[in-house]
Amino acid sequence: MVHKIEKDLLRFKQIVRGKIKKDLRKYITRGELIGKKGKHLVSIPLPQIEIPHFRYGSNKREGVGQGDGEKGTPVGSDGEGNGPGGDQPGEHLLEVDITLEELAKILGEELQLPNIKPRGNKNVVAEKDRYTHIRKTGPESLRHFKRTFKEALRRQLMMGTYDPTKPRILPIREDKRFLSWETKQSPENNAVVIYMMDVSGSMGNEQKEIVRIESFWIDTWLRSQYKNIECRYVVHDAVAKEVDQHTFYHLRESGGTKISSAYELCLKLIQEKFSPYEWNIYPFHFSDGDNWSGKDTSRCAELLEQEILPKANVFCYGQVKSAYGSGQFKGDLDKHFAGDDRLITSEILNRDGILDSIKAFLGKGR
Amino acid sequence: MNLTSELRELKDEIRGYASEFGLDFFETFFELLDFDELNEVAAFGGFPTRYPHWRFGMEYEELSKGYSYGLQKIYEMVINNDPCYAYLMNCNALVDQKLVIAHVYAHSDFFKNNLWFSKTDRKMMDKMANHGTKIRRYIEKLGHEKVETFIDVCLTLENLVDYHAPFVKRRDDRRTRAGGEDEEEAALRAGVVRLRSKEYMDRFINPPEFLEAQKRRLEDKIQRKRRFPEDKQKDVLEFLLEYAPLQRWEQEILSMIREEAYYFAPQGMTKIMNEGWATYWHSTLMTQRILKDSELIDYADHHSGTLGTRPGALNPYKVGVELFRDIEDRWNKGKFGKEFDECDDLVAKKNWNRDLGLGRQKIFEVRKIYNDVSFIDTFLNEDFCREQKLFVYRYNPRSGQYEIGDRDFAKVKEQLLYSLTNMGQPFIYVTDGNYSNRGELYLWHKWDGIDLRFDQALDTLKGIHRIWQRPVHLETKEEGRGRLLSFDGENTSIKEITPTQ
Repeated sequence: MVHKIEKDLLRFKQIVRGKIKKDLRKYITRGELIGKKGKHLVSIPLPQIEIPHFRYGSNKREGVGQGDGEKGTPVGSDGEGNGPGGDQPGEHLLEVDITLEELAKILGEELQLPNIKPRGNKNVVAEKDRYTHIRKTGPESLRHFKRTFKEALRRQLMMGTYDPTKPRILPIREDKRFLSWETKQSPENNAVVIYMMDVSGSMGNEQKEIVRIESFWIDTWLRSQYKNIECRYVVHDAVAKEVDQHTFYHLRESGGTKISSAYELCLKLIQEKFSPYEWNIYPFHFSDGDNWSGKDTSRCAELLEQEILPKANVFCYGQVKSAYGSGQFKGDLDKHFAGDDRLITSEILNRDGILDSIKAFLGKGR
Repeated sequence: MNLTSELRELKDEIRGYASEFGLDFFETFFELLDFDELNEVAAFGGFPTRYPHWRFGMEYEELSKGYSYGLQKIYEMVINNDPCYAYLMNCNALVDQKLVIAHVYAHSDFFKNNLWFSKTDRKMMDKMANHGTKIRRYIEKLGHEKVETFIDVCLTLENLVDYHAPFVKRRDDRRTRAGGEDEEEAALRAGVVRLRSKEYMDRFINPPEFLEAQKRRLEDKIQRKRRFPEDKQKDVLEFLLEYAPLQRWEQEILSMIREEAYYFAPQGMTKIMNEGWATYWHSTLMTQRILKDSELIDYADHHSGTLGTRPGALNPYKVGVELFRDIEDRWNKGKFGKEFDECDDLVAKKNWNRDLGLGRQKIFEVRKIYNDVSFIDTFLNEDFCREQKLFVYRYNPRSGQYEIGDRDFAKVKEQLLYSLTNMGQPFIYVTDGNYSNRGELYLWHKWDGIDLRFDQALDTLKGIHRIWQRPVHLETKEEGRGRLLSFDGENTSIKEITPTQ
């Protein structure tokens, strides 16, 4: 049965989706709202679309309840009940579950991100048959029962041989309909994202949070583009090491900063585990832009130019503004790689800058 | 789907018992729905079809999610209509169906007999369908976006009606009076009427202050007549319908929304009574007639679920049924009237019994003429409040929680009545349709200690502006200080003002 409500439901969902689109910036900058549930679900607690009314606010809100308890006993957090305007749904949140894919789609539409064109011929193509068509010939085992009888009924009605009192339908050969298939080729692309982060003393909690939020969205987008995606995390101060995701976001080191150490490790990872012939490689590096010395910066540029850039799809450097960092590094890179679109740099001043930074990184479709 | 033959027999049986006890209901048709269909009907407010609007989709989403996560379940829906329509969920156990059918007959009786429902349209089923058709036609003609946006606007104003309006006989001479000079004006011209007096006494009988006051009163009266509307008007929607520059289709839609608001209003105004009444009767019919021994446990389980209480909320089923039982008991034993009220011997009062047996008769009378406010006001007494463990809760900013604040009877009753009055909605009136002589609309909120939500109030003003098409204002207070919220078509503003009333 087709429900009449379905149209209204669809409309509501469209509006909600539009609202997510409109307020995307808000949701993105408020990292804590996005929680991954299980593997594929993300849940955005979204205010129920409330039709505005003249209604009471919450000051001096009181109500009548029923039950045991002394004066001062809490009555549960939802002081709803029969308070003024108590028949209203109040402040409750409607959880709108949307899948990560859908979220990525919204992100893509909103930021006008182009789909990524995987590089070269390193894509394993899988074939899959799907039964989506109907045709007039075929093996009996694929006969479409309902369509066949419909055809037969139609023919009998037209020929006037159908007798409603004795509804007997006999399909002949011309009536028969068979399922037919279509072969779809789906490329199976693999991608690896190598996140590198400067954890020297100057990167505070806020800076790390920005990195965390940004990498979540980068992840979300890349996952919508590639079938298999692997993430690796590298932290560095004066030396670099590979860590797990949790450590990546929570580690607080101090000490000097030698960015080249991270790039060397990144290169090592690529050489050992992720051959550029099989993988699309996305190195992301976040730092506050303070490097040990100009000499090290030259070393970084050299590494990038000769080793990493030819192997990676794109190299992204995000410079998070911090109170201590000089922010020198981005300028140095920009100068050295002017005009080279394999390297993208962006400066993230605060949380609101995240969206623009994502757009800068992924907007080229590489 | 129609009822199964088993349920049909059951229905006829229960119908018989209900009549036997004196329930007087509309002919009631039952339909059996699966959970999905029932959620759909519930989302449409009980009707099989409504005009297209996303809000119904939202309700449906909520209901069906609640159902699929096992958080909530609707057992039945009844529509106030003649004939009455009721929906049962097809997967309910038989004992649940029995309970629900009995419950439905009592609702039907309430719809038919309660005074507050007397002005509702009993052919609403058809009317809702007509509204749907009309709006669908407008959508085809004018486009979905346009019509939907206008409906959204109308819905923000949905609660700006006067729930007592259907019972007020309108003065129909209001508009014919516009031309011509009134007696007051003539009197003013002729000079203020002096009281008759001897000349030497005139100074004392008609002192200048008195004459001055008389004159002011007359002028005031004339001023009042020039005001538009003459008296403040609570039915804001009606005022807009009459005077706002609306196109035909806009007027039609606004009037449909208003009509539907008035149709649903009595259900909000009698929530406690209506559910209490239905619960009283399903328990009476079930325990005295319908139940088989083997079903007792299941029935008790379901029934107690219906009457369960949580500290933070008042269960209308529970309060309603207990109050009806209390009334029945009091009138059976004669615990009412001057003699009883003035008796100060607590033991005697407790054991008071005059064997009047008026209980049944009394509750039938109560269901006929009361609504929730008058029901609670008249019958909720101190003993009931104590026995039912009612309390006032309030927000404690220090702990950030709602806490039990008071068990004092007077406070509980006051708070309860307050929350029921005007269905817990703020009182908003039109006081001036020609504010500052510029055709601007001036609304007044009767502030009684609780502030409005300003963000929503401003959005609502935008909605009214869409209809009135001239700047709109709302006078209210914020923590006791006067505020004027305005929207002039482009900007919203909040100004400090001295309250006008």
